[in-house]
Amino acid sequence: MSKKRGTIHWRDIGVPFAVLFAALALWEALVRWKNVPPYILPAPSVVFEKLIEDRELLFSSLMVTLGVTFEALVVATICGVALALLIAQSKWLERALLPFAITLQVTPIIAIAPLLLVYMQPGNAVLVCAFLVAFFPILSNTSLGLASVDFGLRDLFDLYHASPWQKLIYLRLPSALPQFLTGLRIGGGLALIGAIVAELAAGASGQGTGLAYRIVEAGFRLDIPRMFAALALISLSGLAIYGALAALSYVLLRGWHESARADQE
Amino acid sequence: MTVLDLADAQMTASALVSLRNVGKTFPSGLVALADYDLDVRQGEILTLLGPSGCGKSTVLRLISGLASPTAGSINWSAPQIKNNIGFVFQDATLLPWASVFNNVFLPLQLSGLSRETASPRVNEALALVGLLDFSRSLPRELSGGMRMRCAIARALVTRPALIMMDEPFAALDEVTRFKLNDDLIMLKRQFGATIVFVTHSVFEAAYLSTRIMVMSRRDGRIIDEIEIDPAIPRDDDYRSSKTFAEVCRRASHALRISIQEATR
Repeated sequence: MSKKRGTIHWRDIGVPFAVLFAALALWEALVRWKNVPPYILPAPSVVFEKLIEDRELLFSSLMVTLGVTFEALVVATICGVALALLIAQSKWLERALLPFAITLQVTPIIAIAPLLLVYMQPGNAVLVCAFLVAFFPILSNTSLGLASVDFGLRDLFDLYHASPWQKLIYLRLPSALPQFLTGLRIGGGLALIGAIVAELAAGASGQGTGLAYRIVEAGFRLDIPRMFAALALISLSGLAIYGALAALSYVLLRGWHESARADQE
Repeated sequence: MTVLDLADAQMTASALVSLRNVGKTFPSGLVALADYDLDVRQGEILTLLGPSGCGKSTVLRLISGLASPTAGSINWSAPQIKNNIGFVFQDATLLPWASVFNNVFLPLQLSGLSRETASPRVNEALALVGLLDFSRSLPRELSGGMRMRCAIARALVTRPALIMMDEPFAALDEVTRFKLNDDLIMLKRQFGATIVFVTHSVFEAAYLSTRIMVMSRRDGRIIDEIEIDPAIPRDDDYRSSKTFAEVCRRASHALRISIQEATR
């Protein structure tokens, strides 16, 4: 029997949480039973204690990493959409600009980061790294959306002699919205990864602010519980970013696009 | 006599648009139409009947300006008719993110009318197709028949003199199709627009049309032209009448010739 539209069954939330708690309990039990020292593998309870104990330090670092992530995502969104619009206007612009965007995408960010650190302040280098990885999925998905307008609707707008501007506002941008939101969801996760990678590359020159630096620092001190605590915060941040962007996507596409309707049926 | 031969046809109505020696060859080399002549007469429901790929939809696209002929000419009795053509596509072709009201408002919005100015006309068109109570609904919330009604309302909202309908009811079930056929005749009576209708269905063509042109599978040549007295009421009695049966027989025969030509 199908469930009612819009209702969330307890199993949707309960099952993943149950599996998570079972895994953590198993981890805790194994560590205690085998007497594994915390500098090899800390128990989840020890990681949680460390998270509470170092909360000020870890959360201030989290805010720095999230700040860079969001700044990078905003800039990547503006630049990605702007470039996608330019490319959509002219095949010449597409030929001229797309190879550069692809080159940036296929070059591993970990290889670019040290070079950026030579030319820029560490803070700016981290921001640029996060921007570079978030930019391409937004650009490519938005471009795809702008180019994938239904032929019938194109004919309809041609029939009523719509101007290029009217086609853009009333047809192409709304048509591209689902693909843009997919790009944004991918870009959100990648911006966090880019920020973390760049912070790792910056290392000691990163002025000791972001979460990745806390991981490196804890590694030097063999403070493995703090490494796990920082790692848990990064994972939770990634999940929160993905969840927030998925919710935005659901709100904007609810009722008319298959991707949002599939969740309702 | 209600079913007339071409030679007997009374050519009293004036041509709204005339196609002369029109050809359409696609860049791939495919010839969709060659030396095609057609007069669309004021006030008629002209049905183009033929097998898939015979060029029926191409004729509609050429008349509406969505495609350009590669040969021949298209002549209009008045240029303003050309700039205000209604089109109902095979799919309803609605903006999925826009409400029923906004979909019907679209042609007026594109012509620069404000929502306030256009609102009475949009509501009038929605009322005509029985969708006034659904003006806030999204297309996905409507049935196939209701979506098509919305597309018809959108085609009517600019009050065009000429409406193109490209197999609009092909994807609908028989009951909905019959109902929409009746609604279309009623709307035609109210609006008085000229309609060029494309269909695969002999029965639909016989029921709706005042003139049927059966097209050849090869290059769109006309195989037969059947005139039906517009004064005959289109109702259940007509569906079971001898006239209806005769139109269907003659259209089916022409269609069979068209298909045989294609396979030869």
